[in-house]
Amino acid sequence: MLTVKNLTVAYDDTPVFTDVAVNFNAGKITGIIGPNGAGKSTLIKAMLGLIKAQSGTVLSDGHDLKQLQKQIAYVEQRKDLDLSFPISVFEVVMTGTYGKLGLFRQPGKAARDASRAALEQVDLAEFADRQIGQLSGGQLQRVFVARAIVQEAQVIILDEPFVGIDLQSETAIMAILKQWRDAGKTIIVVHHDLNKVSHYFDDLVILNHGIIDYGPVDDVYTADNIERTFSADLSAVLFSPAGGSKK
Amino acid sequence: MTSIMNFIHALGQYDFLQSALIAAIMVGVMSGIIGSFIILRGMSMMGDAISHAVLPGVAVAYMLGINVLIGASIFGILAAGLIGFVVSHSKIKTDTSIGIVFSAFYALGFILISLAESSTNLHHILFGNILAVSDTDIMTTTVILGLVILFVVFFYKELLITSFDATYAQTYGLKVHILHYALMFVLTLVTVSALQTVGIILVVAMLITPAATAFLWTDRLATMLVLSASIGAVASVVGLYFSYTLNWASGPAIVLVAAVFFGISFVISPKQALFPRLWHGTNAKKKRVIA
Repeated sequence: MLTVKNLTVAYDDTPVFTDVAVNFNAGKITGIIGPNGAGKSTLIKAMLGLIKAQSGTVLSDGHDLKQLQKQIAYVEQRKDLDLSFPISVFEVVMTGTYGKLGLFRQPGKAARDASRAALEQVDLAEFADRQIGQLSGGQLQRVFVARAIVQEAQVIILDEPFVGIDLQSETAIMAILKQWRDAGKTIIVVHHDLNKVSHYFDDLVILNHGIIDYGPVDDVYTADNIERTFSADLSAVLFSPAGGSKK
Repeated sequence: MTSIMNFIHALGQYDFLQSALIAAIMVGVMSGIIGSFIILRGMSMMGDAISHAVLPGVAVAYMLGINVLIGASIFGILAAGLIGFVVSHSKIKTDTSIGIVFSAFYALGFILISLAESSTNLHHILFGNILAVSDTDIMTTTVILGLVILFVVFFYKELLITSFDATYAQTYGLKVHILHYALMFVLTLVTVSALQTVGIILVVAMLITPAATAFLWTDRLATMLVLSASIGAVASVVGLYFSYTLNWASGPAIVLVAAVFFGISFVISPKQALFPRLWHGTNAKKKRVIA
């Protein structure tokens, strides 16, 4: 279990959130939802140590996460990358082995085999030698999921993996997430909209400059919570009988 | 044709020309390698800044009679650190910070050189004087080339991942900032070597132009490094030939040759595909797939 305690993050004295406390269960796929600017990406970046938190700790089964950095895989948003970079799909996946290799050790046969297997798992083996810019958004997202597979991490954090991708890629990624879940890993997904929330996730965290609610999806994804976090209109659309809600 | 024969004949005859050739090749190789990382990291401006910012270091080294490398390295790293400091402690953007710091260092360099009133020829520092390369210069250049190659070989995967995806490198615990400053340090050393062949003002061209040319021809980093180093070396040798034959300043001669290589690649390389039929239409097809 991943435990976040008293986490406070501020940009230039303006707090994004204060004293956030939340648990992420192992063996569950947990979604983080909230309006734009609610601090979703900030929360996971602070957990990863990518931005400095004013206070707070993140514990993994009682151990400080800073000591366990190689146990976390991060699948970032694709838009932050230079897609013209001279690197092949296969090489990108191989970078997943770098953390465990450490300095001065080059990836060998084991790393290459693991990368090839991961590419097969996401159904992209035939694209191994392509330059990454030649892939579609969904294919590229699968490449980064393949890299996370190679990392063999216990905690996997994904930042908006389903934005702008095709159905085939979505299905392939979801299948991997479920494999990870069944292997007892902790999976955290920042999600950009309210589509398919109860379809994707086991647990849910609703964030809006602080935790609104968290727990099993069925308990948390309620008309009341959505109205409090987003708007009454949205809640009405999602949860009215005619709106086709899952609840 | 006869002038080429003359050049080759002179090479066999004059030590100074042999030294020039060796220095030109080594500088072409090292700047091609480091330059590849500079352009892939989107740091062309930084390369320009560091190369100008070493000027006060060169002046101080002459004043104190110490090795130019020491003076230049100190000021090069100082400039890189200062640029980073201003960005992280204010809302000033990187390109603005670079502009402020490098111009200030450059200006300081001019004043220090005029104060030094040494026999150092400012013109040679600025534009290079490859025909006056000494044996000591060759020695230091050799050592620096060795360092550059070792640096890239030992830290290849770290350089690759921090250039491509620094955020990811940070998440697995790589000290991204240390690598950045290590690269800045190596860049400073390369700058000082390139100072002899092309001079301070044009060092940036040796870093960027061969690397950008190589980038147009390949989709693999390793290939790009080898190609860039080769283009840098060939441009340096051809430039040296023009410099010797036509009595042009070595720096501008080398840089113009490199620019011509880039121009040719820009027109005919497969990535550009200005003339897709040259490549059997394969690239045109690829582009359509992406669209």
